[in-house]
Amino acid sequence: MSQHPAPVARPFWTPGVLVMVGFMIAGGLALLYRFTGGLGAVSNLDNAYPWGLWIGVDVASGVALAAGGFTTAFLGHILGREAYEPVVRPALLTAALGYTFVAFGVFVDIGRSWAVWKPIIFQNHNSALFEVAICVMTYLSVLWIEMIPIIAERYGKKIPLLGALDRGLSKFMWVFIILGVVLSCMHQSSLGTLMAIAPTKVHPLWYTPWLPLLFLLSAFAVGYPMVVVETTIATSSLKLESETPVLSRLIRFTILTLGLYMAIKFWDLADRGAFIYLWDGSGRSIAFWAEVGLGVILPWVLLLFPGVRASRRALFTVCLFIVAGVLLNRINVFITAFAPPFANHNYYPAMGEILVTAGCAATIMFLYRIGVTYLPVLSARRIEEVES
Amino acid sequence: MKLTRRGFFALAGATAAAAAPGAACAWESKAPENPYSCLVDITRCIGCRKCEQACNEVNHLPPPATPFDDARVFDAQRRPDEKTYTVVNRFETGRLDERGQSAPAYAKIQCMHCQDPACASACITGALSKKDNGAVHYEVTRCIGCRYCMVACPFQIPAYEYHNALTPEVRKCTFCFERITNEGKAPGCASICPVEAITFGRRAELLETAKERIRKDPARYVDHVYGEHEVGGTSWLYVSGVPFERIGFQKLPAAPPPKTTETIQHALFSYLWSPALLFGALGGVMALTHRGEDKNQQDKGERS
Repeated sequence: MSQHPAPVARPFWTPGVLVMVGFMIAGGLALLYRFTGGLGAVSNLDNAYPWGLWIGVDVASGVALAAGGFTTAFLGHILGREAYEPVVRPALLTAALGYTFVAFGVFVDIGRSWAVWKPIIFQNHNSALFEVAICVMTYLSVLWIEMIPIIAERYGKKIPLLGALDRGLSKFMWVFIILGVVLSCMHQSSLGTLMAIAPTKVHPLWYTPWLPLLFLLSAFAVGYPMVVVETTIATSSLKLESETPVLSRLIRFTILTLGLYMAIKFWDLADRGAFIYLWDGSGRSIAFWAEVGLGVILPWVLLLFPGVRASRRALFTVCLFIVAGVLLNRINVFITAFAPPFANHNYYPAMGEILVTAGCAATIMFLYRIGVTYLPVLSARRIEEVES
Repeated sequence: MKLTRRGFFALAGATAAAAAPGAACAWESKAPENPYSCLVDITRCIGCRKCEQACNEVNHLPPPATPFDDARVFDAQRRPDEKTYTVVNRFETGRLDERGQSAPAYAKIQCMHCQDPACASACITGALSKKDNGAVHYEVTRCIGCRYCMVACPFQIPAYEYHNALTPEVRKCTFCFERITNEGKAPGCASICPVEAITFGRRAELLETAKERIRKDPARYVDHVYGEHEVGGTSWLYVSGVPFERIGFQKLPAAPPPKTTETIQHALFSYLWSPALLFGALGGVMALTHRGEDKNQQDKGERS
């Protein structure tokens, strides 16, 4: 079925890649504006709504959607399930790129970008944000350390230093693999703790002291669906053989993790008596139903059918719903649910914010494309090789 | 191998369960014993905005949008912002004075200088801190501009210089930190108030004063000292003749917001016990699953 991971021999510049470059340029221009005119010039952030699209999507959702990295590392490396090896490398690359842009998103969003290093020196151990920041910084380093063997496999002979580094690290790589999983569990949950400090400002459909557990469980749940989505998009756009057999097996774990997330989420709603807000027809109740109904319940039920798991198209669609559900959850917790007591307006992202977010997403895809073109990441063979 | 997977989820579950509210380790308030405080008597305030003016001068703030003697400013509800640390708002109470004219209530708002401030607990670098003298103090040299303090503040007070591209600051009432710490004076607003609507003193004594006023004249006051218990207590206290909900004060829980998050953080991460435990457990699992592989294979397995 699959071969050893290898660089994909396909031409790099395609119309799709050019579209990405277009988004990257637009995002770059908006960034220029942000660093000359200030956050107020490009964003709709104000004293009532200090956090918006960049924290909700680039940072919080970015972290959640990069969960494929540690969940596949757990399965492939720690449990040693070699059958899943083909998805470990692409998930690692996605995580490394994803976290790089989480860090970049923070850099852009904080008012004093040049002071981004200060939490290393000035530490507030009471702050969940401090823990998130330190874990994300460390994990970002761990991810790129985990990438070294892949880069060295291709360039280790050309660059002797890289080869030596790879050989030196190989004995200790297990430390970094475990550390990656531990750090992920820590900051995935602490991201949920962030909004727990504002009980009176977060709508009761989402506010719960159990937010950290829900964030951790949803990160577990979204890891493999994200791998399915990105692998399916990569293999189809690069015209590679389908990885569906591996993905169909992988997604069985999601029935358990997504089911657990769903159960805790509903138990918590019932426990707090927050069910009453489900039926008031407000924008927030609709956002909740979209998140949980379409993003959790529906795909979980569909995943129970072996036919759905076996079909490439159905599996991709179901996983897309799960990914969208977790994305919407982060947006809901950080943006939709946020209700400042003295605001007489709502927050909607400005064009400048949207351009930066879109530009970052395009850059991630662009770099992923470079990654799989030059590095041994994907295992799937080209379709013509399979057919011949 | 199935067992180990279950083992992992059990462990992760147990770890996360430790995050539950009411976990074993008890949270302790870090509120100063008897800090400086201000008592605002809303029944005395005449809406002269002298406090706004004094604040503006003491803190060297830019000139106001509407001059301090222009009463039209009361036509709209205002909020403190990055250029204004305190504002007075007017509320129609439906009451009439002895001449039969509408008797509005005026409410001054500024940072409440919480006893256990959410902003200081949230602040990633500790740029915001609660001082022993009562002030919630901002130290710009530590600030990275993450604005988590603004998310955390239940009173929606900290404001931000959104149009400063590189060195924006969080701005809010300082409790005239320099004046009360080094000069032994009362805050600018409290010093200037011509009708003694703002009393500066120690919190315990001011609480006594507030309750005394309510006890002596129960017809004049509602029986509530705002700030005594709200979000764990604040250094700014209020007494009023009309219910606080009608003059722009929120009904807030008595529990300080940091209690929840700090309990979670410390239950989970004190001495990094849970990451260490998880690391050990995963290491054990990894050793188990890679048992029997010779060294060569193991290297290969880890590298792929």
